[in-house]
Amino acid sequence: MKKKLIEVKNLKKYFETKKGLLHAVDDVNFYIKAGETLGLVGESGCGKSTTGRVILRLLEPTNGEILFEGQNILRYNKQQMREMRKKMQIVFQDPFASLNPRMSISQIISEPLEINKVYTTKVEMDKRVKELMDTVGLAERLVNTYPHELDGGRRQRVGIARALALNPDFIVQDEPVSALDVSIQAQILNLMDQLQKELSLTYLFISHDLSVIKHVSDRIAVMYLGKIVELSDYKTMFKDPLHPYTQALLSAIPAPQIGVQKERIILEGDVPSPINPPEGCRFYGRCRHRQYICKQQTPELKDMGKERYVACHFVGNLK
Amino acid sequence: MTINQKLLEIKNLTIHYITDEGTVHAVENMSIEIGKGETLGLVGETGAGKTTTALGIMQLVPNPPGKIIGGEIIYEGENLLGKSPAELRKIRGNNISMIFQDPMTSLNPVMTVGEQVAEVIKLHQKVSAAVAMIKAQDMLETVGIPEERHKEYPHQFSGGMRQRVVIAIALACNPNLLIADEPTTALDVTIQAQVLNLMKSLKEEFQTSMIMITHDLGIVAEICDKVAIMYAGNVVEYTDKVALFTNPKHPYTIGLFNSIPNIEDDVEKLKPIQGLMPDPTNLPSGCPFHPRCPKAINVCSKKLPKPIEIAKDHFVSCILYSDR
Repeated sequence: MKKKLIEVKNLKKYFETKKGLLHAVDDVNFYIKAGETLGLVGESGCGKSTTGRVILRLLEPTNGEILFEGQNILRYNKQQMREMRKKMQIVFQDPFASLNPRMSISQIISEPLEINKVYTTKVEMDKRVKELMDTVGLAERLVNTYPHELDGGRRQRVGIARALALNPDFIVQDEPVSALDVSIQAQILNLMDQLQKELSLTYLFISHDLSVIKHVSDRIAVMYLGKIVELSDYKTMFKDPLHPYTQALLSAIPAPQIGVQKERIILEGDVPSPINPPEGCRFYGRCRHRQYICKQQTPELKDMGKERYVACHFVGNLK
Repeated sequence: MTINQKLLEIKNLTIHYITDEGTVHAVENMSIEIGKGETLGLVGETGAGKTTTALGIMQLVPNPPGKIIGGEIIYEGENLLGKSPAELRKIRGNNISMIFQDPMTSLNPVMTVGEQVAEVIKLHQKVSAAVAMIKAQDMLETVGIPEERHKEYPHQFSGGMRQRVVIAIALACNPNLLIADEPTTALDVTIQAQVLNLMKSLKEEFQTSMIMITHDLGIVAEICDKVAIMYAGNVVEYTDKVALFTNPKHPYTIGLFNSIPNIEDDVEKLKPIQGLMPDPTNLPSGCPFHPRCPKAINVCSKKLPKPIEIAKDHFVSCILYSDR
């Protein structure tokens, strides 16, 4: 097995709200191996973006450990963390909101280089900016344009170039293609794939789109209400999902094919509130297999072997 | 396709937005028809002209800057373009109604959901407020909103439930034609499955014709009978669902299929369409797709291809098929 680049242990992030404690991320455990893509999938409010942000310490976790190459980065002070951040970057969902409208493309891409005083001369810096623009497929003539002059696909390329500026090892991709049209989405997905291979990057790829997740991921973690319910390699996940939520989620995707009749599991009701969630399985209220024990006891994420984990009391005993 | 039982026929519809930056050719020379009980998918990316088409049918294109330049919209034998505003108000909501994309913004935040459904019924049917309210409650039950929630306000509902309210409003007067503009785009996939299921069963129950605007070919496969693929204001391919999925012909349609990560099979690399959507105020000459088209030849930049019927009811607007 390749070495683990990132490992998350018992990670918790609670937010104080007027109504009570919001359990955004609740006791999450996983690791990401060097050079792989871990897909994190789930519906709105399940805690996937919060997980991504907590790993980068853009949000401070309530509890738990975050290991980067074996070191717990939560023990790092500000200075150490600043060094650390060069190695871990993020690409945000909305390329319209994540770029400063008053900065030109070259200013946006060079900002991380400036902050970290990577280059001493402007010539070197400009050279690096051009190199980065070339890497992500932005024409050199765009160097002095502003974000509003670019379309969504190009803006997202700027966001990627900024993330690559400091030669990171690890990038959190937070819904990077959700705001893009399908033809542009495919261009960006191909670019990310190519960059990963060329620069040996490790990705945490967050998305609600299952077909995108399946395409990019080596392994996939499915989240529901702050907890990982199932984690396995992408092939096993799609061929033989074990958790009732994963089963329903996968069956709900409308496939762009005809003649494929699949049995659809329609879940009843909505995702319950993550504020003061009750004991027991989070999926209890919507599960077709629920039994008494599911309400009493929170199922552990069980190791099923072959890097496969499922959190369900009745795993293996479901039809 | 149904020829005798046409409900809506659009002939050569052209809609432009006239702005300071130039004229946006939002819809160009569009011709489609919808039979009774039929569902047409209108598919395309941002700026293809899908929503403008829908607003055109409803006569809701904001004017200025929008203007219907020409064409006919024939609904049950009558051209809607000649109707007075009063006549149109009777048709909208009663005969043709619309579901908008974003259920968060298309409801009134200071009216209860029951009142909002009753409002449509009161406007179009000569019934008392009390009767309208009872009818509204029936409708809300139909879309799966329990009775005890009829007096609640939109902010008390989740996204999926709000979209159900919007559907209830749209169906309150039992319209013949329902235009749904990306009705599930703002929803999560398990909730999307619920709403699509609901729309399918309501369609069967009420025999409503539908125009489904979407960018998601999965939804087309699920719910539509026929499909019009739009690119930069033009319908580039128009056919029934089976032909589209088994035998797509236009290079843009083929490009769209290759851009989607396939959920059933493993593809190592996607084959995206090269380039970007053209600037709508400055469309390329000839076929608007030619700068991105892998099969473009010289003549593509000179002549706008006309729809060619390559098989029965399968129209493709591409020069590649013109010599047959």
